[in-house]
Amino acid sequence: MSWRLWIPLLAFAGFLGLAAYQLTQPRDEVVESRMVGKALPYFDLEPATSGLPGAASDDFKDGKPRLLNIWASWCLPCIAEAPQLERLREEGATIVGVAIRDRPEDVAQFLERHGNPYAAIGSDDLSEVQLGIGSSGVPETFVITGTGKIAYQHIGDIRERDVPILLEKLREAAE
Amino acid sequence: MRSRLLPIVLALVAAGPLAAQQSLPPAPFANRQLDDAAQEAQAQDLMETLRCLTCQSQSIADSDAPMAGDMRHQVRIRIAAGETPEEIRSWLVERYGDYVSYRPEVGATTWPLFAVPVLILIAALAIFRRRFARQG
Repeated sequence: MSWRLWIPLLAFAGFLGLAAYQLTQPRDEVVESRMVGKALPYFDLEPATSGLPGAASDDFKDGKPRLLNIWASWCLPCIAEAPQLERLREEGATIVGVAIRDRPEDVAQFLERHGNPYAAIGSDDLSEVQLGIGSSGVPETFVITGTGKIAYQHIGDIRERDVPILLEKLREAAE
Repeated sequence: MRSRLLPIVLALVAAGPLAAQQSLPPAPFANRQLDDAAQEAQAQDLMETLRCLTCQSQSIADSDAPMAGDMRHQVRIRIAAGETPEEIRSWLVERYGDYVSYRPEVGATTWPLFAVPVLILIAALAIFRRRFARQG
């Protein structure tokens, strides 16, 4: 018998090994936006609750970098990230919120309970801004330069360790 | 009677937070078909090949997730406005990458998937020919 007879079996064993290895690897659930580096798409949203202005893409073109926070009052990780947003605000960040599929009274209740770090919140009932900016969930936070360019995307709730990173990205966006 | 109702009531109470995401009605064209049957067919074909971004391996046509509804709304209003399905697909791919599309594309990373079966077939044919040539 020729040694070559074993080649198909070895190839199949190699394939099984590869498949088994891939099965043990954690699945990458994160869908990164391809809009990073591009201009913020046009939008003009109504205020999500009374007492705060709405959000429009033109607001981001006054030379000052901002954070764009995609969130919702029904989103649990958004509660976890509220203190970190507050810290970012204390450090001088301007945070514009976009509330996804939310009701004004729910937004107001959330802000009352967990604090209000937002300079403005727009109401996105059809997830139009979310789809336009390439975001696939809540919460997500984008760094927008003073000319309205998307500079950075943070996926998921902001943890303590993410605060300095976002502040650094804001500084970079100001240059 | 009461003992039978209690679990149901408890289940409904526990489902409250899950329902919160649905507290807004779905987008106008999330579940409403377009009046033009040809356009609706185009939209339906496209929706079946777009991935729901918040669910596990479902198309937006199959998913009840609010975001999938909002994506169906986008597909339908864009088709109604005269965009072609491929324009809408590239609009989404521009934002989410190839991940959002279920339609296989030949690209820099995917070409081996298409090339390898052809190569294996050619190799198999070559082996058979040699065998039969020897026997004949």
